[in-house]
Amino acid sequence: MSERERDDHSGVETTGHEWDGIKELDNPLPRWWLIVWYACIAFAIVYWVLFPAWPTLNGYTPGILGQSDRVNVANDMKALEAQRGAEGVMLEKASLEQIEKTPNLQAFAMAEGQAIFGNNCAPCHGAGGTGGKGYANLRDDVWLWGGQLADIEQTLKYGIRSGHPLARMSMMPSFGRDGLLKPQEVNDLTEYVVFLSHRAANSAAVARAAPIFAAQCAACHGPEGKGNQAVGAPNLTDSDWLYGSDRKSIHDQIWAAKGGVMPAWIDRLTPAQIKAVAVYVHVNSGGSGQATPVAEAAAPATDNTAAATPAAQ
Amino acid sequence: MTVVIDRVSGGGGDAPPPGGGHGPGLYQKRKAIYPKLVHGSFRRLKWGLMVVMLAIYYGTPWIRWPRPAGAPDQAVLIDFAHGRFYFFMFDLWPDEVYFITGLLVLAALGLFLTTAWLGRLWCGYACPQTVWTDLYLYVERLFEGDRNARMRLAKAGWGPNKIARKGAKHLVWLFIAAATGGAWIFYFEDAPTLFREFFAGEASVTAYFSFALLTFTTYSLAGTLREQVCIYMCPWPRIQGAMVDRHSLQVTYRYDRGEPRGPHRKGDPWTGRGDCIDCQACVVACPMGIDIRHGSQLECINCALCIDACDEIMVKVDRPTGLIGYDSDEAVTRRAAGKKAIYRPIRLRTVFYAAALIAVCSIMTWGFLQRTPYQLHVARDRNPLFVRLSDGAIRNSYSVKLVNRSYQPRTFHVTFGGVPVRLLQAPGLTPDRTGVNVTVASGEQRSIRLLATVPADRLTQALTPAEVTATVDDADAPVRTLAARTMFVSEGARK
Repeated sequence: MSERERDDHSGVETTGHEWDGIKELDNPLPRWWLIVWYACIAFAIVYWVLFPAWPTLNGYTPGILGQSDRVNVANDMKALEAQRGAEGVMLEKASLEQIEKTPNLQAFAMAEGQAIFGNNCAPCHGAGGTGGKGYANLRDDVWLWGGQLADIEQTLKYGIRSGHPLARMSMMPSFGRDGLLKPQEVNDLTEYVVFLSHRAANSAAVARAAPIFAAQCAACHGPEGKGNQAVGAPNLTDSDWLYGSDRKSIHDQIWAAKGGVMPAWIDRLTPAQIKAVAVYVHVNSGGSGQATPVAEAAAPATDNTAAATPAAQ
Repeated sequence: MTVVIDRVSGGGGDAPPPGGGHGPGLYQKRKAIYPKLVHGSFRRLKWGLMVVMLAIYYGTPWIRWPRPAGAPDQAVLIDFAHGRFYFFMFDLWPDEVYFITGLLVLAALGLFLTTAWLGRLWCGYACPQTVWTDLYLYVERLFEGDRNARMRLAKAGWGPNKIARKGAKHLVWLFIAAATGGAWIFYFEDAPTLFREFFAGEASVTAYFSFALLTFTTYSLAGTLREQVCIYMCPWPRIQGAMVDRHSLQVTYRYDRGEPRGPHRKGDPWTGRGDCIDCQACVVACPMGIDIRHGSQLECINCALCIDACDEIMVKVDRPTGLIGYDSDEAVTRRAAGKKAIYRPIRLRTVFYAAALIAVCSIMTWGFLQRTPYQLHVARDRNPLFVRLSDGAIRNSYSVKLVNRSYQPRTFHVTFGGVPVRLLQAPGLTPDRTGVNVTVASGEQRSIRLLATVPADRLTQALTPAEVTATVDDADAPVRTLAARTMFVSEGARK
């Protein structure tokens, strides 16, 4: 027999619980609350019949309405694809320049390009597009095969040394390994390339190598070593080096040349997707596609040549 | 002193619970309440407030407010589809939701202050539950008469009279509920358009569902549940318990004047007794079904109708009115003890709430004055942190977002300062010598890429503070030049 205590102020029984002298009154629930509870139970039973509810050994009870979150998600994804397809058509119709100059199209291409770049290009060029040894940095002003929108689109479509008939194609000879030049001549040429990039070099070796460079290298890299984007020959006078700037790296490249491969994307991405990536890469590189001449940068009063100098300066 | 009772054994030896109101049991049967109509100044005030508040609720969506450039001309509109909240001359964007938050904080502090000062003013006069219940009671009286007639009708068997009266009442209730649910949806779409679509069956499923839900809640909460909502569902009575104190002015039975109570016959002397003649007028008028003479209690919504009810009686028995009135526990206690009553409207609690209210008001006003229809956001690229160009110069890339919330297209002149920039690039745009002009359409935002190149020899530290500014071609804007601080990162960062 349990005995209940009654609070003498309110006349209500207590639950018998006490916290620091505060007692909980045991007021009865209103009866409609009980009815609401029964209604909830009834609702639950109806819900079991209508919607997926109970797990079974091999699955679950599907419910007679056929509701399925998986199907809903699949439908949503289809709708999204249709919507993207419509925007993709817009990209397909506009020229690369138009895409870049039209705010909405540029924003769409940048968003789309970023996603595609992350999925397809980042493994080699890095998530930020800065590349690494052997993989071109796409964020700077140096372009082996041209940095105009059309150049980038063509490289993306057909790749470099990819095996596609329209691929960017060139092959630097391996002068040392294949015996085209004597080891001493390769050493001299290495000094000459160091000299070209405005660094201290052995002047005797440079003098010896000058005629070799004119005969063997100038055809592609130009008489001044400034490179040629038509054949993917890098500028040897700047501070950007795909395979390293130290003497050993330069020597190794002349001795046994490496030529990186970029796949052709024309069969893997849609034309609209390739355009989006082209715009994305172009915009992130500053959008000019022109390498800044070294002479200009070396001049002390460079501020005067700026395209834009903030008034605050 | 407490009385020990035995609930389970069914009262073995113990007396039945004295005046507890309910016997042993887990559930309580609801006691029907038939509030009697009263006449007086508070009743008149409440009728007036009810008309004003219902007019605001039903009428607001129909107020027109012309706006340029194809924006909706509804004065108050919550436009979820386009992410705008229009309120007369203001239109808020989703990222300005803190103004709504501020309003809610103000509302909360306002409730705290009024409750500490004047008790449950909100519950008694302004709460929709009170207003709509009052309206539903008005309709009930229209068809079923006042308290006694309603009680008779409830006891009577079902016949044509009862069916007609009850049926008509519920029909009108349902109509009011539907009008309430109907008015609700007009706050979210253009009212005249939605009105036509609604009856043509062309409105959205959301509109019909919201209408049905609000109709159901209005009908059930104001029509059938009434005081149960305040007693069992609403958290506010509990919260207010912490806000009122002995100095709060609440609807109070002045027991110092009323006790000892008892029946009074005409001609009997008033000496040696209180003014309360125990006529139960305050009890039968109470929409919550309580006796105010028990003092401040959870169920009391401070609706003040018992004041009118008691005053009517006091006039009849030729005693001064105000046996029930707005008073504080402290004053009543002091008078009962023969001391002078004191009132403290200004005390720590009210001063604190008022100060908080003023502080939030000031912050909100300042925020509103600072509010400009234009915004500038700058995010510096973090991958890569910087790019070294072929000549050794350092380039940083920024995403600059410009927002134009005005009704005209605007051109922003964007500049980059803080570092000696040699070349500023904005792909797709043509920078001039001082910066780059960016045109943003009305009600749009636009992101541009901004690339700043600085010669390496001009940089003395790895992190140089820089600033992006945007000057808008709107002479009337509260803030014409927006600035965003950022950083220029260079090689030194790796050292």
